Amino acid sequence: MANASRIKILYILMTLTLLFVGFFQSWNVALTIFNLCLISSIMTLGINIQWGNAGIVNFGVMGFAALGGLANIIISMPPTQNAWKVGGEIIIIGLLIFTLSIIFSIIFFKKSNLNNKIKYLISFAFIISGYFIMRLLVDAPIEKIEAIEPAKTGYLGGFNLPVLLSWPVGGLLAAFSAFIIGKISLGLRSDYLAIATLGISEIIIYFLKNEDWLSRGVKNVNGLPRPVPYEIELQSKEWVLKVSDYLDTPITELSSIIVKLSYSILFCTVLLIVLFLLEIAVKSPWGRMMRAIRDNEVSANAMGKNIKQRHLQVFIIGSAIVGLAGAMLTTLDGQFTPVSYQPLRYTFLIWIMVIVGGSGNNFGSIIGGFLIWFFWVQSEPLGLWFISQITTHISDANIIKSHLLENAAHIRLMFMGMILLITLRFAPKGLIPEVKR
Amino acid sequence: MDFLNGITLITNYIIIPGLTYGSQLALGALGITIIYSVLRFSNFAHGEFMSFGAMSSILLSWLFISLGFTLHPLPTAIIVLPIAIMLTISYCIIIDKFIFKFYRKQNSKSVINLIVSIGVMFFTGGLIRFIVGPGDRNFFDGERFILKARAFKNITGLNEGLTLKTTQGITIILSILLVILLFWFLNKTKTGKSMRAYSDNKELALLSGINPEKVVLITWIITGTLACVAGTLYGLDKSYKPFTYLHLVLPIFSAAIVGGVGNPVGAIIGGFVIAFSELIITFAYKKIFFYFLPSNFVPEGLLQILSTDYKIAISFLILVLVLLIKPTGIYKGKII
Repeated sequence: MANASRIKILYILMTLTLLFVGFFQSWNVALTIFNLCLISSIMTLGINIQWGNAGIVNFGVMGFAALGGLANIIISMPPTQNAWKVGGEIIIIGLLIFTLSIIFSIIFFKKSNLNNKIKYLISFAFIISGYFIMRLLVDAPIEKIEAIEPAKTGYLGGFNLPVLLSWPVGGLLAAFSAFIIGKISLGLRSDYLAIATLGISEIIIYFLKNEDWLSRGVKNVNGLPRPVPYEIELQSKEWVLKVSDYLDTPITELSSIIVKLSYSILFCTVLLIVLFLLEIAVKSPWGRMMRAIRDNEVSANAMGKNIKQRHLQVFIIGSAIVGLAGAMLTTLDGQFTPVSYQPLRYTFLIWIMVIVGGSGNNFGSIIGGFLIWFFWVQSEPLGLWFISQITTHISDANIIKSHLLENAAHIRLMFMGMILLITLRFAPKGLIPEVKR
Repeated sequence: MDFLNGITLITNYIIIPGLTYGSQLALGALGITIIYSVLRFSNFAHGEFMSFGAMSSILLSWLFISLGFTLHPLPTAIIVLPIAIMLTISYCIIIDKFIFKFYRKQNSKSVINLIVSIGVMFFTGGLIRFIVGPGDRNFFDGERFILKARAFKNITGLNEGLTLKTTQGITIILSILLVILLFWFLNKTKTGKSMRAYSDNKELALLSGINPEKVVLITWIITGTLACVAGTLYGLDKSYKPFTYLHLVLPIFSAAIVGGVGNPVGAIIGGFVIAFSELIITFAYKKIFFYFLPSNFVPEGLLQILSTDYKIAISFLILVLVLLIKPTGIYKGKII
């Protein structure tokens, strides 16, 4: 039962820390951190089911998260009417042709009995010609679409549906691309797989950054609809005014707290659902099989388990969860900014959460997500404080001191590195180790 | 004349930049490959090691310039390179002693080592930003060009100019020297042979009395040297910014895998494959067709296969293709 008491202690400590921030910094800050903690822990859960239970290294976190973000645009933004008039359909047709050419070349490659080299050449020729046909069709309409009010729209827009729908759709989008990525790269062993997923997620992000007709690229999509009321609306509501009087807090602050709280409730619900489903999955025979495959692939194979299929399955499930969390993140931000998806930083941050929390334990993942995100946010002021403490005896005019203070914010990267290294060295199983079943 | 103009255009925009960027990638990929073949893990921290090397060169260059030690037509970074290499090697060895050694002794799986190297990457990245800050640093001094476009036009009378930057010249020459030295070391010296033996079959090498700690030490010395030179050259050529080095690690990995991980020749070939395909795929061919085709055949548009925004993504595209078609890489490396 050591684990249960650990879970209790750590969760209580984390709650107290967040409450502490609430009381002494401000409730707004505390809730902002809390919301992002919730999202990080959902992403961590997604990676944990892959790494902790199946031993798959997925470094494509940011790619899937970005796809989730894209779902926000596709679902909730109003369609750009003119864009569809000047040739939105042609783009879809062009993409379809390219996809078909790829599918066709794959089928050809699998079915034909020709010499390998000729097969490669012919399928390659299919794809290349498909690509050029697509370019021929698509180039002109794309230019036209991007020219429609470039400062405001210049993209296809979405379906104008409620934004909450984009969360499951984000998950589905991520799941679909995970299926393709998994087909390509799951045959590879750990190191290759890590680099391949990282590379593919980078391709996804580059695509979203540069295809303005789809996502407005680096111009960002602002003003995504919200699932919760706006602060301004709240400020004119009667009950908000009453609560504000009662609590003696300014109405502007209170309204933004209410907005954040409602986000928290939504995110908590999602987190609990995901956690519940994952716990069932992990405890079920399926979970046992995954762990058997992880621990000894050869013997699991000998027992008649289809390892490739199972790996693909768990890869899709985990990636879908990451995509879901990515969609939630974009909804929370209210805007889609492809530049903010930095694989090398945030992907690995999620990985640090998994490792520190305890790989293979869902409750550990959640606490890992909370703890690391909290540290990531708070280590900037912490670093500043730390540096100013060391340098109190140096005069303010000293160049070294000013330089150190200026760069103190970057100390948080060092913190993160050290946290990961210390965990791996002294507690490789993480804060809450995997349950021995 | 048109033909010569076309050739010059290709040389100027594809061959020279490709050779330069390719050498930088090749040196980086060599470092990753050597770590992989001897220590058996993918070192994600290599980009930051390169950054560390470049940072040492920058700080030392500033020191030397302020003291007045310069070598005018050449950048000061060349003089300080040996000291910077020493610093980088020491850093690598310290990191190995305190971090990687523990996992080597435990015989950890390569994935664990990979995650450890991510920790090292974060730590080193933070350290570097803490020391020089996250901003752009230009540390190039001396003569900027070996051959200027206008001078070339005057000499040859062609329409197209050909430029050769000093940094490009230095990069190519230094890389060739370093690679020759490395291959001589690996193939001809006793230590190099013992290293290869160790990477081929660890148990057998241990049985025949090869000292593993010495092999590891030499591996880090080679890696540190390669990382420092590659990092400094890259920084000299484009300007130094810690963030770009974080991203450089990805094309370098692609280069190593495309060539075949664990195979030094493959790493070099892979570096050039990645560099040239990035340039060839994103190059606008309009002008070339203008020179090579009769004027009424020249098509409209820029004639780019992919827009330049996708430059870095191409390395992954090639990586994915290679993984699909030939997962062992061009030269058969070790299968991970």
